[in-house]
Amino acid sequence: MKETPLSNCERDFLLKAIQEKKRLDGRQTYDYRKLKIMFGTDFGCCFVELGKTRVMAQVSCELVAPKENRPNEGIMFFNIELSPMASPAFEQGRQSELSVKLNRQLERCLRNSKCIDLESLCVVSGEKVWQIRVDVHMLNHDGNLMDAASITAIASLCHFRRPDVGIQGDEVTVYSPDERDPIPLSIYHMPISVSFAFFQQGTYLLVDPCEREERVMDGLLMIAMNKHREICSIQSSGGIMLLKEQVMRCSKIASVKVSEITKLIMKALENDKTARKAGGKCGFAESMPQERITALKKDETAVEMTDVTERANDIVLNAEVPPQTSQSLLVPLPGMGQVGKDLQNSWGIEEYYQDEEEAFNSDEDKQTMMEVGEKQKVHDVVEISDSEEDEVVILQPEATDRAHKKTSSSSHLKEPAKSKKRHRK
Amino acid sequence: MSSFRCFVLCGNMAGLELLSDQGYRLDGRKASELRKVQARMGVFAQADGSAYLEQGNTKALAVVYGPHEMRGSRSRTLHDRAVINCQYSMATFSMSERKRRPHGDRKSTEMSLHLKQTFEAAVMTQLYPRSQIDIYVKILQSDGGNYSVCVNAATLAVIDAGIPMLDYVCASTVGFVDETPLADLCYAEESGGVSSLALALLPRGGQIALLQMDARLHQDNLEALMDAAMTACKGVSKVLDQVVRQHLQEASLATGD
Repeated sequence: MKETPLSNCERDFLLKAIQEKKRLDGRQTYDYRKLKIMFGTDFGCCFVELGKTRVMAQVSCELVAPKENRPNEGIMFFNIELSPMASPAFEQGRQSELSVKLNRQLERCLRNSKCIDLESLCVVSGEKVWQIRVDVHMLNHDGNLMDAASITAIASLCHFRRPDVGIQGDEVTVYSPDERDPIPLSIYHMPISVSFAFFQQGTYLLVDPCEREERVMDGLLMIAMNKHREICSIQSSGGIMLLKEQVMRCSKIASVKVSEITKLIMKALENDKTARKAGGKCGFAESMPQERITALKKDETAVEMTDVTERANDIVLNAEVPPQTSQSLLVPLPGMGQVGKDLQNSWGIEEYYQDEEEAFNSDEDKQTMMEVGEKQKVHDVVEISDSEEDEVVILQPEATDRAHKKTSSSSHLKEPAKSKKRHRK
Repeated sequence: MSSFRCFVLCGNMAGLELLSDQGYRLDGRKASELRKVQARMGVFAQADGSAYLEQGNTKALAVVYGPHEMRGSRSRTLHDRAVINCQYSMATFSMSERKRRPHGDRKSTEMSLHLKQTFEAAVMTQLYPRSQIDIYVKILQSDGGNYSVCVNAATLAVIDAGIPMLDYVCASTVGFVDETPLADLCYAEESGGVSSLALALLPRGGQIALLQMDARLHQDNLEALMDAAMTACKGVSKVLDQVVRQHLQEASLATGD
């Protein structure tokens, strides 16, 4: 399904807001959205929520024959699936450009940086090694898929435990988790990618673009770093021209963000470990919040309540006197009437006749009543209008004479006669 | 010749000295020296623009067709500019091991996307709305710096086709070894686990069209590496400029102007 195109006014609004350093969700230019990391019941299953973007990763392992030119190293395989449930633009089975881009970026970020010790995955050199497979699935696309995918992938790799193996001579026995505790992977460092979106030919930049911002951006710069301030990968995409200073500035921002995110991942891993040890419930089912109504609910925000009364009193004392507001919302323009409780009746018809007015339901009558009101207000002004509407329906005897004097076109005498008849009822 | 040497030494990367004490690299170059560049423009008569470029032992052939009417899906036409369509492929005999899938695999698709991105930034596509420009690049022999050689060859081909560009697009791959940036990496240096940075630059304005880096590099070294890359690109641009002027001279002599 083709993506719904972004309307021009939405695009202009977003760009203008970015020029004024404002973002749709109220964030600052260098702020990340709220990041939540949860782990599933199996080892190696991880869910990440970055704002509304949701990604899930699962790590699995298998004993295979190694590659010919690397006989004593394990194999890492990454796969990102852009599931159609994430966005209507994603199609099942088609390898779109975005899918290739994300896959290659994740591979370069995690594989080329050598974050995992592959030699420890070797069981029998040249014959059997562990193949670690990381499958990342996009569950909801709300921008910045790359960052969410990299966080999910590395968190799930840290969480994963592979089965223990025993070698007796030529025999290789794989112990199940019941027989021997599974072993975690040996991870050297945690590369995390940070995305920067550029707008207006590189004048403005934003961290962690949401989906709308991604649609209007000119280009994206992805910097993957670890907390030791080592850059693992840089990739610029989109047709933007960068300057060296911009890249340097982005790398500095990225190092700050990466250390924060790494702390968050470590904390999440710790929490999961303690939860499992305590035998408590853990996993995806537990981490999903209880929501009665199946709709996205806003999280509660904490409000400072300790000194509310004093602050309120201060505000009231120091507040300016509100300006005198007029009682009526009278807009004395010709042709405007007002309808409503407590408002001045400006139809020009006395209240005596108000009951009669309610009986008139036809549009024609209403229109003519409006005209009466109009005429009453512009007593002194000679009306020069070339409207072809029928003139004058006068419901008051005095007004009739005035109207006769003013109007040049023919007037309906039928209507006044009708109303007069009703009045005499 | 050094490509054969690379194959033999492949199995024993740990003991390879990429930068000797005297400052010489594997093929005898200094740290900031580029490989010898030889180029020819207008190699094919059928195509609108073509070029052949050799940088050391890496040989690439680039062909440009366009601007012409949109082929394939009409829905992809852009109303205000031209669409650039790039295809990168490696000949099956280009590497020491026969390449089973010359195009269609992820790496080639990624390279094609990068080339497209680079040229979208440099070519003045606003002059040709609703049309398409095709750039095909083939690597005949691969000895490191594939992306950079492709970009340089494609620049010459686009100039040969007469399509206006903002500036020459020059690219080079640099690596970082022993606190020294090495310009224009060859295959042995690239696969030796060196952190390599590929940069495509428009030399006059210093604007970076594409930046790509793999493998770990400490943040403090990034600036030095980028400076080395930009210097290397400027060097390449001088060579490309010479090639273009020489080709023009030959062409004008041939037509008898």
